[in-house]
Amino acid sequence: MLHKRKGNPFTEGSRELFDLAGQGRIDVFFLGGAQIDGAANINLVRAEGRRFPGSFGSAFMYPVVPRTILFREEHSKRTLVPRVEFVSAAGSPHALLTGKALFSWQKDRRRFRLESVHPGHTADEVRNDTGFDFDFQAVTTTAEPSAAELALLRGPVAKAIQADYPDFAKRVWGLN
Amino acid sequence: MLVGMPPDYSMPAMEVVRELIRRKARNLRLLGVPVLGLCADMLIGAGCVAEVESSAVSLGEAGLAPRFSEAVEKNTIRMNDATCPAIHTALQATEKGVPFMPLGGVLGSDLVKGRKDWKVGPDPFSGRQFLLVKAIQPDVALFHARWADEAGNVWVGRRKELATIAHASKHTFVTVEEIREGDMLADELLAPGVISATYITGVARAERGAWPLGIADVYGIDDAHLALYAKAAKTREGFEQYLEEFVWSPRKSFSPASSPA
Repeated sequence: MLHKRKGNPFTEGSRELFDLAGQGRIDVFFLGGAQIDGAANINLVRAEGRRFPGSFGSAFMYPVVPRTILFREEHSKRTLVPRVEFVSAAGSPHALLTGKALFSWQKDRRRFRLESVHPGHTADEVRNDTGFDFDFQAVTTTAEPSAAELALLRGPVAKAIQADYPDFAKRVWGLN
Repeated sequence: MLVGMPPDYSMPAMEVVRELIRRKARNLRLLGVPVLGLCADMLIGAGCVAEVESSAVSLGEAGLAPRFSEAVEKNTIRMNDATCPAIHTALQATEKGVPFMPLGGVLGSDLVKGRKDWKVGPDPFSGRQFLLVKAIQPDVALFHARWADEAGNVWVGRRKELATIAHASKHTFVTVEEIREGDMLADELLAPGVISATYITGVARAERGAWPLGIADVYGIDDAHLALYAKAAKTREGFEQYLEEFVWSPRKSFSPASSPA
């Protein structure tokens, strides 16, 4: 939403976001990947002979922003791999969130740890569908969002996103 | 010839892109500042491009850039992958007239291995390692804008990456919606959004020249057209048909003037 079409905060062009991050003024950033590996590298460039758009600003933002949260809705051996084919960006994330589970990152061991599994999925399923090794101990069930959080997401957040991502807002929230 | 161009959200000179295709331009090298979209995909599909340097080429919400992806997969263009702030920094080095500039982050990315014009070296003060990016000077900066004036100035408002490209390029060519009387630098409200004539090589009027992309407060991005392009360009045949309809013999009903405001 930083680059929203109307009223975005930047007056110095698209470099201003990166300059803000370089100074430490961006606290949290979210990054996805065509592939994500067990060393928390992300790949936005190529996989299995297919070319993707490219790394965007990830190579800079990931190591520079203090809390980066990795996400990938598709949780499969195709997306969560032992080693990415191309390292677009490397860093130490705060967490990795998928459509099935939440992992934390152990900076000292440089390995993910499974924290919780979303309702409707099991730890065994997550182990089977993850291409990299990870640690786990007391795995819990991911807490469901509260009614207030859902109302916020389906109300003001959906509306704000619709202005720049109309197709996404239509698909996810049925907004027209 | 290295041509610096903006992303889809920052006013590419689409009417010029269509004319470059009609004139069968060849061997262009495109520099995305810092990413590229429709303009690059069309030029690549039409065979105008030998090399792309960009942090990404994508159609945004409309999806992957299909002609770009296929050209890279089939090795018919060279792709010089970058990351957004490295391109801004390399242009800022040229703006300042210095040969390179340091940038934080990036170390650990495979991008570094692919670039002969990026080195890793120590900060002479602290000894910490930094990425050092070589200055980039495009031969031509090419973009669209809302206004030019009689004095040869161009107004881009908040789209300052366009000023960076213009400052760093040998030549800057701009198409505009409208040519105003007078000198915008004499207007304190307009002046902060102006690229002064010092940097401008040539201006031409092209009403709705960014279509199907947009220009803030004048006309919006034609999302339906982008979706139509994304679908058509998935195949070579579909792309050729698109060119036939919108570039070689533009149909009146889809002319830029009919796109939504």
